[in-house]
Amino acid sequence: MEIFTEYSDQIFAAFWTTIQLTVFSAVGALVLGTVLAAMRLAPVPMLNWIGTSYVNIVRNTPLTLIIIFASLGLAQTLGITMANRRSPTFIIDSNFRLAVLGLTVYTAAFVCETVRSGVNTVPLGQAEAARSLGLSFGQNLAIVLLPQAFRAVLIPMGSVLIALTKNTTIASAIGVAEAALLMKEMIETTAAVLFVGSIFALGFVILTLPLGLLFGWLGKRMAVAR
Amino acid sequence: MTGASVLFDAPGPRARVRNHVISGVTVVVVAAVAWVVYSRLDAKGQLTAAKWEPFLTADLWRTYVLPGVQGTLTAAAVSIVFALALGFVLGVGRLSTHTGIRWVSSVIVEFFRAVPVLIMMIFAYFLYANYDLFPSKHLALAGVITGLTLYNGAVIAEIVRAGVNALPRGQGEAASALGLTWGQTMRAILLPQAVTSMLPVLISQVVVVLKDTAIGYQITFVEMVRQGTAVGSSYGNYIPALIVIALLMITVNFGLSSFAVWLEQRLRQSKRGPAPLEAGAVEQEGAPGAKVV
Repeated sequence: MEIFTEYSDQIFAAFWTTIQLTVFSAVGALVLGTVLAAMRLAPVPMLNWIGTSYVNIVRNTPLTLIIIFASLGLAQTLGITMANRRSPTFIIDSNFRLAVLGLTVYTAAFVCETVRSGVNTVPLGQAEAARSLGLSFGQNLAIVLLPQAFRAVLIPMGSVLIALTKNTTIASAIGVAEAALLMKEMIETTAAVLFVGSIFALGFVILTLPLGLLFGWLGKRMAVAR
Repeated sequence: MTGASVLFDAPGPRARVRNHVISGVTVVVVAAVAWVVYSRLDAKGQLTAAKWEPFLTADLWRTYVLPGVQGTLTAAAVSIVFALALGFVLGVGRLSTHTGIRWVSSVIVEFFRAVPVLIMMIFAYFLYANYDLFPSKHLALAGVITGLTLYNGAVIAEIVRAGVNALPRGQGEAASALGLTWGQTMRAILLPQAVTSMLPVLISQVVVVLKDTAIGYQITFVEMVRQGTAVGSSYGNYIPALIVIALLMITVNFGLSSFAVWLEQRLRQSKRGPAPLEAGAVEQEGAPGAKVV
């Protein structure tokens, strides 16, 4: 237990970094993913093709490769760091933002597929009935289609968010001070593998299990009865 | 109605012109972005022959890439075998009529779905190192296999549960009407049929395993991403090296995913046997407590 009290500040700081990574990447992935889904669902073949290529390429690449590429490729070789070079926290900021970029790019592909599958659960008859009633395209979307699509998509979106929370550990590959990096340090310093492992496993269970149960409950409550 | 979808009606003449205009604008924008990327890479000297030529030498492939591919494939193959075994045991446990077994299996499955794979790999690696359970040559491999087995075993347990629950209820009912015990029903009637319906999803899970071997990068496991960075640092060509490794992995994974989708469509069309579970299900990792397929 002394290990926990000794390291408690660092543990909470590391999990706070995990939460920050998750939140920023989630917002970015939601925006980019919805844009991609719109591209895949649009009647323009060119946009369809770009969206499909993006999703197929990113879904089949390991996240580790994307994050390593962000660090070694973008930052070191091309000099695209996303932080002010003169700031004293330059490296920390740069690594954090590159990790958020990598996680956003990767998760957006899964958000796109989720949104697309949500739209596909809406029966075609709904849109046809809306059109025959004389609703415009915008009204159709806002009143009939999107509410049903979002309600169908809650549980898979929850799964994507949980997966994102677990994937933030991969950001430790480029030195972001989050949970996995701290776990490695603590084990190397204290050599209490079982205890340290339990702390971090418990931490992630506390982060993911309530989220999963919340989205599950919400999804069942808001499911469209057909 | 051809061309109609939930969102858009079949395009009329004005809509067709508008779609062509949008396509044209998109092509211009994409070309502009591609040109910007190209000139940026060129300005940093990433497109010179010196950066890309090493990939034509057999030396680079033999020294760096092949050991990486070997590591990835070994870890993936062993993990899949163990994960299948573990997954079937836990899945059947979750379906058990005995409350105690069901409860223990549920806790184990939800726990291993909630903990990140990297945490499990780090834990296993240092556990094996501290207690000298493996020779140091195989420590990283053992850590990677343990992490992958535990996580994918839990996911496969959920897939097994979904597969058995998707079977028509009459199968189980007929079996008990014939006087078969629960165990006999599982072994002789339900599981064999469930295996067919689970095949496409299991192939998608193989893709997940292949991708997750890259997480072993952080416990010094020799796999493709690590070897890509090794190539990059010794020949000074990080971007080309990572692009080549990415192309290799994307090709293999995309091939497997396409095979899974094709298999699912074939099984769906066949009149015999149960309907297959959906191969391209959005995110098989995911929320503890939420369905996997």
